[in-house]
Amino acid sequence: MPLLEINGLTQRFGGLQALADFSIDIDEHDLVGLIGPNGAGKTTVFNLVSGFYRPTSGSIRFAGTPTLGLKPHRVTALGMARTFQNIRLWHDLTVLDNIRLAGYCSLGYSFLDAVLRTKRYKDAEQSIRTKSLEILEMMELGEFAQEYPKNLPYGLQRRVELARALATKPKLLLLDEPAAGLNSVDVDDLIRHIRWIYDEFRISIWMIEHQMKVVMSLCQHLMVVDFGRTIAKGTPLEIQSNPVVINAYLGDDVL
Amino acid sequence: MQPRTSDFTSSLSSIAQSAQRRTLNFVFLLAALALILAVHYDFLDDYIMTILMLMGINIIFAASLNLVNGYMGEFSCGHAGFMCVGAYVGSIVSLGFFTGRFFGASFFPPEFAPFLFPVVLLAATLVSAVFGLIVALPSFHTRDDYLAIITIAANFIIISIVVNIDAIGGSRGLQGMKRTMNAMRQVLDIPWMLVWVVICTVLCITVLYRLMTSTYGKGISAVCQNEVAAEIMGVNTNRVKTMAFMVSSGLAGLAGALYAHVYGYINATNFDILKSTEGLVMVYLGGMGSLSGVILAAIGFTLLVEMLRFILPAMNDFLHAFSLLPADYSLNQVWKWVIIPLILILLMQFRPEGFLGNKELTHVFPRLKRWIYFK
Amino acid sequence: MEQFIQQCVNALQWGSFYALIALGYTLVYGVLRLINFAHGDIFMVGAYIAFFVSTTFLAPDGLFGFSREMTLILTIPLTVILTSCVGVTIERIAYRPLRRRGAHRLYVVITALMCGLVLENGNLALLGASRRTLPELIDKQVYKFGEIAVTNLKLWVIFAAFLVFIALHLVVTKTRIGMAMRAVSWDRFALPLMGIPLDKVIVFTFVLGSGIAGLGGMLFGMSYPVLEPYMGAMTGWKAFIAAVVGGIGDIRGAFAGGFLLAFVEIMVAAFLPSTFRDLFAFSILLIILWKRPTGIFGLPLTTKI
Repeated sequence: MPLLEINGLTQRFGGLQALADFSIDIDEHDLVGLIGPNGAGKTTVFNLVSGFYRPTSGSIRFAGTPTLGLKPHRVTALGMARTFQNIRLWHDLTVLDNIRLAGYCSLGYSFLDAVLRTKRYKDAEQSIRTKSLEILEMMELGEFAQEYPKNLPYGLQRRVELARALATKPKLLLLDEPAAGLNSVDVDDLIRHIRWIYDEFRISIWMIEHQMKVVMSLCQHLMVVDFGRTIAKGTPLEIQSNPVVINAYLGDDVL
Repeated sequence: MQPRTSDFTSSLSSIAQSAQRRTLNFVFLLAALALILAVHYDFLDDYIMTILMLMGINIIFAASLNLVNGYMGEFSCGHAGFMCVGAYVGSIVSLGFFTGRFFGASFFPPEFAPFLFPVVLLAATLVSAVFGLIVALPSFHTRDDYLAIITIAANFIIISIVVNIDAIGGSRGLQGMKRTMNAMRQVLDIPWMLVWVVICTVLCITVLYRLMTSTYGKGISAVCQNEVAAEIMGVNTNRVKTMAFMVSSGLAGLAGALYAHVYGYINATNFDILKSTEGLVMVYLGGMGSLSGVILAAIGFTLLVEMLRFILPAMNDFLHAFSLLPADYSLNQVWKWVIIPLILILLMQFRPEGFLGNKELTHVFPRLKRWIYFK
Repeated sequence: MEQFIQQCVNALQWGSFYALIALGYTLVYGVLRLINFAHGDIFMVGAYIAFFVSTTFLAPDGLFGFSREMTLILTIPLTVILTSCVGVTIERIAYRPLRRRGAHRLYVVITALMCGLVLENGNLALLGASRRTLPELIDKQVYKFGEIAVTNLKLWVIFAAFLVFIALHLVVTKTRIGMAMRAVSWDRFALPLMGIPLDKVIVFTFVLGSGIAGLGGMLFGMSYPVLEPYMGAMTGWKAFIAAVVGGIGDIRGAFAGGFLLAFVEIMVAAFLPSTFRDLFAFSILLIILWKRPTGIFGLPLTTKI
């Protein structure tokens, strides 16, 4: 059984068809890319999958549970995490706190525990802290634990966001243009980190990305959307030589 | 980058730190005891005692407002409404328990007063927390200025509900809460009200501090700084908002119940938008999202208001002495309500984030870290 | 039935005041996305200005000693102009610096709220708590239609409200400056690039809004004998509710909302103790903001990720 099953997902905003009949299966320990020109509906797919929008029609099953109509935090609790195209960190909390908050859905204590500082509270906080520091070390962010994200360079902010998503202990990681705005050194770092996450945690990763370098060196499968429609599926090599895809990116008159 | 200290020294210093913090708590305890004894043996007169109690009430009021306006970044300007609920609920329970005003006969003999007063306060807190839902539920869909309006509407609604219930005095107000105080004094003659105010203030600060240093409470900051990210990272934003609004209004209710018993008389109009404005001034004076800032601001603001009571007549005499004012005009206490909004206007112009911003005292004066510790 | 119609007439008059103030709220909100909470107090200032202007003109031993008709004719434009000045002054010294610095909207809202308090309490502190009455400027005539009594003043108030609304609507939809105003609300940052003087447009908006509120204040003073510093506070809040009910930012909505709210209030007051009126008004506001924050005429907003 695949980890994520999407069938016939369709989304309309008023008269605009943002996504039409989108279907995909993502297996466990799979690395899938979603590419397509700007405005093709890629981020819409992520917003639908993570529960931000409710689709016009279609079905989503994640880890055997239908997730349609679940609020985003419930979907996250099921084991799906995502990053954003434009970085969305909590800029006035320290990097460590950013990571700690990712453990929110598995906190396991209540308001009264927090106020009374019960044993349950202390244990939970201790374990969250240890795990967060571990993740920061693994992502080579340990020295920035007490920094504020707004003071970090862009590449590091991206990495913090990745670490934060990882801290929710996901089964599936959705990355929305993780390489956007990064320089080539940062991109190499990013590729290294994603590959490492993929190997180390044996999770599935699904990413939207424009930079061919990232997509080609990481993804096992690729999917191309244009104007809300899926126009091609296959391995990176197949996609690279697919005339329909070249058309979509470069226009009709190139060939 | 800070050089990394070895584990051994850091653990040593943390032990030293916690020991010092414990000393500090002890010092606070002694100070509170000394204060109460000073009042008890008439070293401090009633006026100073009233100001001290008002200070405590203001601290609770402002610090609870800070939870919503500072940490959560919403703009509640009807906070006094919840204080009103607390004041009335506290008074009703207290009168019902000890005077027989509401339930025919008094439930308990007056000797029980000192032991049952916490019940009065708890009832006020819980009912006000429930009233916080009036604001919490709309906040799921609405933010910013629209939510601000909802809070103002809630303030007005609560006041007009109270005014329309004749059984609790309606527009005439409610009195008789001093009797509960007197009942307590009969059991043991100490300044009870001051004791309760001190206890509640410490309790309120502790609750807020512990909440905001826990991961659970940091969810509030997360919602404030990026709600979308909070929701995606597994924070149940609706529940966080509900929790924050309920804690905030509950503590305001606690402040209200104390207020009612300090003055022995309440009227719904005491808790109108002007009272809410006082809270706003304190929060924005101290810095949104800074617990120590708000406490300082509440103390400073209380002193300022009391000082205006003397400054305005003095100014009046001064200006008249130099004939700077027309002879038939005198500066009166209404000017207080011109000066307080003006302070806030100037604050918004020049330092909208407040004196401390979202920093704590320990960030501004790092040496204090040895004594108090804010995360 | 007669009583109902009589109440409707009263509601029309009462609604005219709400509508006049609500127009100002909605204008400023439409252009600046700012809830100008000081607006209700501008209305109060308008009434006081009308009082001082008319008594100065009327005073028989004073400088002018005009007749009542002359006073009326002169007081209307003077009140409107002076009230506009007050509105523009507040914009100039309180809102503009914040806007220039790109401060968060909430800071501007707090400033507005505080400006209102300063106006109210400043008035109380300067002029004292004594209530004032606007001198009678026109003879009261009562027209009777069966059981229904209508004073000429009521008709004037209603007429003035409709006139102002139509004029304002024309200004906003047909003139160049009206187009600029709509453009500001659309994209404030692109506007200076298009060569439209942003500050001028905003000042014009405040002139319009405050002027209309000043006129409303004067008419209010003529209809109800009591002027007091807090008269603008509650009326202002109610007018604001009216604007929100109609969908704030929309002129037609504000106008219709004013009458709607007045109708509800008058009917509540007719059947329930009058203390329930505020409770109803604010509960309506709460429910509308909760369920349909953009008002009856507004379009729903969506959040973008």
